[in-house]
Amino acid sequence: MAHDTTVQTAGHDEHHHESPVVFGFWVYLMTDCIIFGTLFAVFAVLRNQFNGGPSGHELFEFSGLGLETALLLVSSITYGFGMIAAHKNEISKVIMWLGVTFLLGLGFVGLEVNEFAHMIHEGAGPDRSAFLSAFFTLVSTHGLHVTCGLIWIVTLMVQLMGTTEIPERMMNKLTCLSLFWHFLDIVWICVFTYVYLASMI
Amino acid sequence: MLGRLSFSAIPLDVPILVGTFLGVAIVGLAVLGLITYLGKWGYLWREWLTSVDHKRLAVMYIVLALVALFRGFADAIMMRTQLALAYAGNPGYLPPHHYDQIFSAHGTIMIFFLAMAFMTGLFNFVVPLQIGARDVAFPFLNNLSFWMTAISFVLVNVSLFIGEFSQCGWLAYPPLSESQFSPGVGVDYYIWAVQLSGVGTLLTGVNFFVTIVKMRAPGMTWMRMPVFTWTAFCSSILIMVSFPVLTVALALLGLDRYFGMHFFTNDGGGNQMLYLSLIWAWGHPEVYILVIPAFGVFSEVVPAFSGKPLFGYATMVYATCSIMILSFLVWVHHFFTMGAGPDVNAFFGIATMVISIPTGVKLFNWLFTMYKGRIQFHACMYWAVGFMVTFTIGGMTGVMLAIPGADFVLHNSLFLIAHFHNVIIGGVYFGYICGMNFWFPKVTGFKLNEAWGIRAFWFWFVGFYFAFIPLYVLGFEGMTRRMNHYDNPEWHIWMLIAEVGAVLVLLGIVCQLTQLFVSIRDRNLPANRDLTGDPWNGRALEWSTSSPPPPYNFAIVPHVHGLDAFMHDKENGIDTRHAGGPYAPIHMPKNTAAGFFVGAFSFIFGFAAIWYIWWLAAIGLIGVIGTVIARSANKDIDYYIPAEEVARIENEHSRKLMAQAAE
Repeated sequence: MAHDTTVQTAGHDEHHHESPVVFGFWVYLMTDCIIFGTLFAVFAVLRNQFNGGPSGHELFEFSGLGLETALLLVSSITYGFGMIAAHKNEISKVIMWLGVTFLLGLGFVGLEVNEFAHMIHEGAGPDRSAFLSAFFTLVSTHGLHVTCGLIWIVTLMVQLMGTTEIPERMMNKLTCLSLFWHFLDIVWICVFTYVYLASMI
Repeated sequence: MLGRLSFSAIPLDVPILVGTFLGVAIVGLAVLGLITYLGKWGYLWREWLTSVDHKRLAVMYIVLALVALFRGFADAIMMRTQLALAYAGNPGYLPPHHYDQIFSAHGTIMIFFLAMAFMTGLFNFVVPLQIGARDVAFPFLNNLSFWMTAISFVLVNVSLFIGEFSQCGWLAYPPLSESQFSPGVGVDYYIWAVQLSGVGTLLTGVNFFVTIVKMRAPGMTWMRMPVFTWTAFCSSILIMVSFPVLTVALALLGLDRYFGMHFFTNDGGGNQMLYLSLIWAWGHPEVYILVIPAFGVFSEVVPAFSGKPLFGYATMVYATCSIMILSFLVWVHHFFTMGAGPDVNAFFGIATMVISIPTGVKLFNWLFTMYKGRIQFHACMYWAVGFMVTFTIGGMTGVMLAIPGADFVLHNSLFLIAHFHNVIIGGVYFGYICGMNFWFPKVTGFKLNEAWGIRAFWFWFVGFYFAFIPLYVLGFEGMTRRMNHYDNPEWHIWMLIAEVGAVLVLLGIVCQLTQLFVSIRDRNLPANRDLTGDPWNGRALEWSTSSPPPPYNFAIVPHVHGLDAFMHDKENGIDTRHAGGPYAPIHMPKNTAAGFFVGAFSFIFGFAAIWYIWWLAAIGLIGVIGTVIARSANKDIDYYIPAEEVARIENEHSRKLMAQAAE
């Protein structure tokens, strides 16, 4: 009996090393989701507090916004191509797709910064009204996440260069970044509909 | 160049602070000198500060918590002394701006750095051992969490000597905490200290959630998990759900202060009640984050010293989970007077009262566990029984406050202060100290002195009642909280009684220090050694290892056959350890300095942000990012303990066990 248990235990022990990294990161993302959820709630409370300043209807323009959204959504697809290449162990393709994703993400951040600069220049900065405080905070929290994602992409590209295979630890990192990047896409869709579209109607 | 920082920020004109600084400096230099004299810097760095071992981190957390206790208690007794003096024209010895910093620091330190650090210490030590794991899921993040907590506590204490601390209470309500009314650095110290420690706490929550979900020993199903692990699990979920809300609340307050935004300001369309709602959506779960693990401690201690299994294990689990869920449905009871209307207030009042039902279930479970048990009145049991009495009273005054009509009269009065100290001291603090007495031999290999433990209990217990029953009376007499002085002579006698209570608690703390000193001095006396690893005839897996446990905890991962896994094995003659092997090499994480450096750079970042020294803040931020990237590129993160080494350690423990059995 005792011997039997030993064998079982030892057998199980081998499986014990399955990395909890991806699950752990997903759990972490859910806490991040609560941060965004809270910011959305704050925006909902303050969305009509214009303090005599401009409303979203007057400020937001669809053209730049459509481009931003397109860049981010396409970048999710290109990251997906990168993951397919990673599973096939085609490292140069992984680096290439990560590079494309990086450029698309950079484009998104650039357009967003441009939009912000334009608004602040027009006197519609975050200190103008509670509505604008909530708007800038929610949208730039997302933008800040994308920026962190960009730094992460570059880090992984550098770490991948010159290697010939993708070990488990690197695969975990790529998967976590993949979760992160798609998560930001989902958040953006909520921002796009709830913050921009709902204000423009 | 130095932002807002100049020599005038150093409070040389406040004798209390100069004296404190000299005291801290002398004690600090003595400690540093002693380490240097003993040549222990290398040892301290390699084996402790950079350690990723959950058992070592646990010890560091609890040392941090005890230091926070001294700081927080010093604040408390200063406040009591001020109010014992400052009536009828006597201004007392603390001017209002200093007094206000003291009560703000007291609350902040006691919750974030005493209670949270102590709780995390207990989680760290106990949870992996109870579930039969070799470490937590993310050992490096565990070390990082510790450093984020530690540097935040340092930041709070730096505010004593450079600048000032917040004068806005432990939750920094706006508009008082807005830059319009608090232009100094105090609120910024508060915001950054709590934010940075919040990062550590959130990572701890994720870490223990994943550890408990993924790393339980084979055979340990959910309903075989020890109750302390259940409470750690529920607490971790509460951390993950509520701490992000705190992060947002404080970030928005910071944006108001740093960038002139209008979230909570009087003008610009801001809404102060939004802050209250956010902060209490975190704050109410927070008190359950603290007290649920204390319930877990009692659920381990009471069976061990009653010689019986826990009564109603399943109901205990369901009660814990119910409390976890209900804790999110009550936050509005902190501001019934906002004017949300009778329907809303009635909902939150009733939801609050409902919590007393699962809590009552727990209390009766502990009582029924003791009923017809073979009770040993060990020091742990004193804390446990003292808790049951004290917490019940505190719970009942909480139900009183949950009645919106009564709350309109009592809110913001000393009745409220008495209530929450009644549950936090009587619940959380008694629980953690009970746990410390219980698990101390497992951590160190020797027991805590019992006589001094019991003395500490009596001083704390009696001192608590002397200190806080008068506050209930004062609340009924209309005395509001956070008063610096008063002129109602009827209040004075109660304040004097409360001061006596504070002195009794001080004696309790002195007894606790003596207990530690005496226990360490007498650690080699045979009666104090714990050679078997199972000094209390324990029930869960942590008692199946040696005391202190080896770095890998379990040479062979135990197989769990039932509830109370170790007791089940003992009763059925199963050797949980599988002494004699065969042993395999054990895969272990390597210690790393990355957590320390992320913490150090975060400290620089926080300090610079408080004082508007932007170039230094940039250095801190780049340092944090750089360290994380460097860590990510580091491939040398693990090692194997060879099977021969494992066999050597295990055989040595087996010899001790046999020698003990032969006696």
